Amino acid sequence: MDDKQEPKSVKEGIVLTEAQKKSRRERSIAIALALGVLVVLFFAVTMVKGPGVLVRPM
Amino acid sequence: MSIVEHHIDLAAPRISEAGVADYIALLKPRVMSLVIFTALVGLVMAPGHVHPVLAFTSILCIAVGAGASGALNMWYEGDIDAKMSRTANRPIPRGRVTEPEALAFGMTLAFFSVMTLGILVNWYAGGLLAFTIFFYVVIYTMLLKRWTAQNIVIGGAAGALPPVVAWVAATGSLSVEPILLFLIIFFWTPPHFWALALFRNDDYARAGVPMLPVVAGPDATRLQILLYTIVLVAIAVAPWPLGYFDAVYGAASLILGAGMLVLAINVYRRREGAEASRATRKLFAFSIFYLFALFATLLLEVVVRAVAPWIW
Repeated sequence: MDDKQEPKSVKEGIVLTEAQKKSRRERSIAIALALGVLVVLFFAVTMVKGPGVLVRPM
Repeated sequence: MSIVEHHIDLAAPRISEAGVADYIALLKPRVMSLVIFTALVGLVMAPGHVHPVLAFTSILCIAVGAGASGALNMWYEGDIDAKMSRTANRPIPRGRVTEPEALAFGMTLAFFSVMTLGILVNWYAGGLLAFTIFFYVVIYTMLLKRWTAQNIVIGGAAGALPPVVAWVAATGSLSVEPILLFLIIFFWTPPHFWALALFRNDDYARAGVPMLPVVAGPDATRLQILLYTIVLVAIAVAPWPLGYFDAVYGAASLILGAGMLVLAINVYRRREGAEASRATRKLFAFSIFYLFALFATLLLEVVVRAVAPWIW
């Protein structure tokens, strides 16, 4: 295909609008926060249970 | 016919503009708040000491599990939601979130909530939470809701399980008290949702959901509401004479139960026009207060006994 006839989205890849960039950034921050909470939660419970952390029913 | 229509250009790649608020809406925050509250009551009523970090972890996992159920429910019911004015503003019918996105979100939350509760607290509670999510999504949403007028009666079990999950998280075992809490929520669900279905009858009929008023008519529904309310009030009061909950709870359940009965009788008697509509709306609103107040009494009892035992 002639380069001049190629659609813009194919030539430049997908170009995000400002709204799409903003919402993607929002979602990324939310995922990071959720992962952070999970890490803190596992750390805190490990501290609370001490060596007994591996002793669980079943 | 859909209330909302959204057109997606299939030729162009779809890039999401969904924000955090859209994903929070998928969690059904109002339902989640009731789940958190009832689970909290189950947790604090459980005998023995639970470390605050473990208590927080349990409630968080139950809340996230409830959110996952909500997201998976919305994933499956996008077509119904688009036809009902009450639900047309949800993220999927509005085109903010696609069905695959909601599915992925719900499954991820379900996986993490169950695994975290199992690993950090205990696997009995984790297993029960997994069963609750399964029951709500597969048994209620996929099988019962579009098939039978008894959908919310049987499906109500999923909404009644959170205090049981919390109790099991705290103790690692089951007892009579959490089963009583389960029964109260279980028998509360039909009068609550049928009151809603009575004044949203057109919505459900348009969406083709076989709610009792759509299938059996408003009068049969009014009778069922009254019968279930009588059973509910009896079950809610019973733990007091049986010695499981104390006299303050007994008095609260009697007074609140009398309120529920009066409003249910009102719904049964007033069948036409604005009066009938007002009666069902009143019952619907009061039923939320009823459950909240009943569980708040139990919570208050535990807190007062711990902080100032000479009062209670």
